[in-house]
Amino acid sequence: MHAIEIRALSKDYPVGFWKRTLRPALKSLDLTIEAGETFGFLGPNGAGKTTTLKLLMGIIFPSSGSATILGKDFLDPEIKRKIGFLPEQPYFYDYLSAPELLDYYAQLSGVPAGVRKQRIGELLSRVGLSDVGNKQLRKFSKGMLQRVGIAQAIVHNPDVIFLDEPMSGLDPVGRHEVRELIQSLKDDGKTIFFSTHILSDAEALCDRVAVIHKGELRGVGVVNDFRSSVADKTEVIWLGAGALRAVEESVVEPHITGDTVRGTVQSADLDRVLDILRQRHARLISVTPIHRTLEEYFLSKTREREKEPVQL
Amino acid sequence: MKSRRQANVTWGLLLVALLAGAIVSRRQVDKVRGTQTTLEDALYLPSGKTVKRLSLGYSSLLADIYWTRAVQYFGARHVRGAQHYELLDPLLEITTDLDPNLIVAYENGAIFLSQKVPEGAGQPDAAVRLLEKGIRANPLYWRLYFTLGFVHYVDRHDYRAAEQAFQKGSEVPGALPWMGVMAARMAEHADDPATAAYLWKTIYETTKDKEIKDTAEKHLISLRVESELDELERRTKAYYESRGAYPEEWSDLIKVGLLRGVPVDPNGVPYRLRLDGTVQVADAKKFIYLERHGKPLNK
Amino acid sequence: MNSRLSAITLNTFREAVRDRVLYNLILFVLLLVASAPLFSQISIGLEKLMLVNVGLSSISLFGVIIAIFIGIGLVSKEIEKKTLYTILSRPVRRWEFIAGKYLGLLLTLVVNAVLMTAGFYAALLIFIHSLAGTDARMLIAVYFIVLQFMMMVAITLLFSAFSSPIFSATFAFALFVIGTFGEDLKNFAAMSHGATKYLVTGAAYILPNFASLNVISQVAHEQNVSGQLVLFNTIYALLYSVAVTVGAILIFERRDLK
Ligand SMILES: Nc1ncnc2c1ncn2[C@@H]1O[C@H](COP(=O)(O)OP(=O)(O)OP(=O)(O)O)[C@@H](O)[C@H]1O
Ligand SMILES: [Mg+2]
Repeated sequence: MHAIEIRALSKDYPVGFWKRTLRPALKSLDLTIEAGETFGFLGPNGAGKTTTLKLLMGIIFPSSGSATILGKDFLDPEIKRKIGFLPEQPYFYDYLSAPELLDYYAQLSGVPAGVRKQRIGELLSRVGLSDVGNKQLRKFSKGMLQRVGIAQAIVHNPDVIFLDEPMSGLDPVGRHEVRELIQSLKDDGKTIFFSTHILSDAEALCDRVAVIHKGELRGVGVVNDFRSSVADKTEVIWLGAGALRAVEESVVEPHITGDTVRGTVQSADLDRVLDILRQRHARLISVTPIHRTLEEYFLSKTREREKEPVQL
Repeated sequence: MKSRRQANVTWGLLLVALLAGAIVSRRQVDKVRGTQTTLEDALYLPSGKTVKRLSLGYSSLLADIYWTRAVQYFGARHVRGAQHYELLDPLLEITTDLDPNLIVAYENGAIFLSQKVPEGAGQPDAAVRLLEKGIRANPLYWRLYFTLGFVHYVDRHDYRAAEQAFQKGSEVPGALPWMGVMAARMAEHADDPATAAYLWKTIYETTKDKEIKDTAEKHLISLRVESELDELERRTKAYYESRGAYPEEWSDLIKVGLLRGVPVDPNGVPYRLRLDGTVQVADAKKFIYLERHGKPLNK
Repeated sequence: MNSRLSAITLNTFREAVRDRVLYNLILFVLLLVASAPLFSQISIGLEKLMLVNVGLSSISLFGVIIAIFIGIGLVSKEIEKKTLYTILSRPVRRWEFIAGKYLGLLLTLVVNAVLMTAGFYAALLIFIHSLAGTDARMLIAVYFIVLQFMMMVAITLLFSAFSSPIFSATFAFALFVIGTFGEDLKNFAAMSHGATKYLVTGAAYILPNFASLNVISQVAHEQNVSGQLVLFNTIYALLYSVAVTVGAILIFERRDLK
């Protein structure tokens, strides 16, 4: 059984003053996600990521197509006991404190009264909010709110977790912490479906990614493939602009900043270039192999067919 | 998808059933309350000017509401044969303060006010005041003069005032010629039942209010009976003059050719002949407006 | 009552309380206290009459205002701020959300009305120095006011389910005004003819009727309120409120939430 199976899911939004014209936001999406998988849903702004998640959550209704989650129809209210959702830029009832909010959500998800208090305590320390006490959410910072958001998504211990851009708007520390949290959920064996346009996060966490653009699925890739692929280019940075002339024909697109030079070299030429630089007494700063990255994959998927007119 | 549609249908059916139930219970509520509570409580404020200030520019809408209340008040009381209509005058006053151009309130309101109890409020002076207010606000509406003259004539028996009202009305541009005729009749034949009949006939033909039309019809019937009674008494008198005694039965008059058959009133009931030669209707209650020699039969 | 429904109900109540809605009680008490010396200046005999009129009318008016101002945001605010996303992604049925919101606001209004009524009776005791047996009759007026709240909450909730707060407030208030003239509308219908008659009669029955729920002047004049009126008013208000709430559910069930 697949954890999530999306079949020909489409959504057209009525636009214009009379709501007469339909504009497709999602075009016949087919996607399957296996149990225990961490799946990245990538796409530029306006690609249709949030639309897909809202459809799966029953917040909006599809124009056509359907989906199953854990083998049941996605609109079946009972299946929602087993799923958790973090919306993008979440906002919560700001007159509540974090424990009150989580208690409310736990009640709505049918967590028995007996276990709620203990579970909420554990959860708050898991997301690093154990010391917030009864402070109302209106006094929370953005990072704290995001953690509350993740806490509410897992308060009922769901099997499948949907996160819409969980890292956006966070500082580097916050991002790192949220990454750790997702990693720990992954270690617990949860199925995680998250949307993002921060590729490094996807690369660090995901087993597989899908790239969506203008409402169309452009490709599905396995993240490990990107990591293990042999680097055929290497980035070299050195100090000593004078040495550039000697290696000029082997260095692609050199950039000179003051006395520092940065350029890309074919892997086959690398040894020869490094030898010459040493002879010229240039000081090497870094030598980095360039993989065929997720970024390249993403860019190639979103760029191709760009020039085709988008059908309305 | 399919189950969603089913759910919608279920909610829809539930909605229809609940609404139907609400309407049925609303009718029950209305029945329990009756009309009388509505009319006597709330919204009766002492001055139309106050209401107008409170109405924030919706005064003509409010005037319509007050007019409705006045009509309902009058109608509900009328049906119960009430003797008092204390609120009618103030309600009309407020109505016309709110909307001085609401002609129907002057025309019909004056008739409600001026008619004798229990047919009306028995306040002809209030009716005159209302109509004069109406004429001040709507000087070009000549029919208000007609109603004013009518009230003076029928309910106040003030023929001079009636004549003046008809006269002024006839001078308004566009007034129908018979206004002038009415003025002339007031001067010459004020006591003539035919004059009264003509006035009531005009009311009967021009009013749109069912209540007033009914009243006018009753008046016309009573006036017809009155003139028939006059005619019959003239014939018994003729009998007396030729025979030296009053007839004992209608057949006495028929035998000598003064009548063709037993005379009957508009309801088909024979008139009653008395030994002193006077004639009466069998049931005076059937003709509430019937007058004999200037005096009403019904008290 | 299922636990999701009660959770939403209580949370709605909690929100109102934390938004300091009950502060209006202070205003109410001030109104009663400030007006009492005024009344005694007008006329000694009318003191009680005025106190009853002012007291009961403000219980009704304050409640209706709260109903409108909270009611219009009940659904639209949750859509606007997207808090609904985290509700609907749980096993909460859409109708449960609407029903819970309805009950929560009604609970707020009932608590508010109970506190105000207590304050009102206290004022009677303080200013009139006695409570007569017939004063219990005023509770019927309060009960009718609560019935009126039931209907008003349903009406604002209906508007909130499909439109913006400003629009909802305008229309809910308009319906409140029309409803207080509910019987006049029916009288209009009785007097009109032809197609208008059917149209106005239909409107008169579909629009709310608050006129029969207002017995304030009756109880102020110590008149009786018939048991039948209590019964049918209860049935009417219940059915009407549930019908309107079902209407709100019907709209909300099909709605795409932005
Ligand atoms: N309620 C709506 N009505 C009309 N169009 C909409 C609506 N919501 C989204 N869209 C359109 O649908 C498309 C997809 O939007 P969506 O929010 O799914 O994008 P996204 O991938 O989540 O983007 P982002 O990264 O900016 O969050 C966009 O073109 C957007 O303008
Ligand atoms: Mg988005």
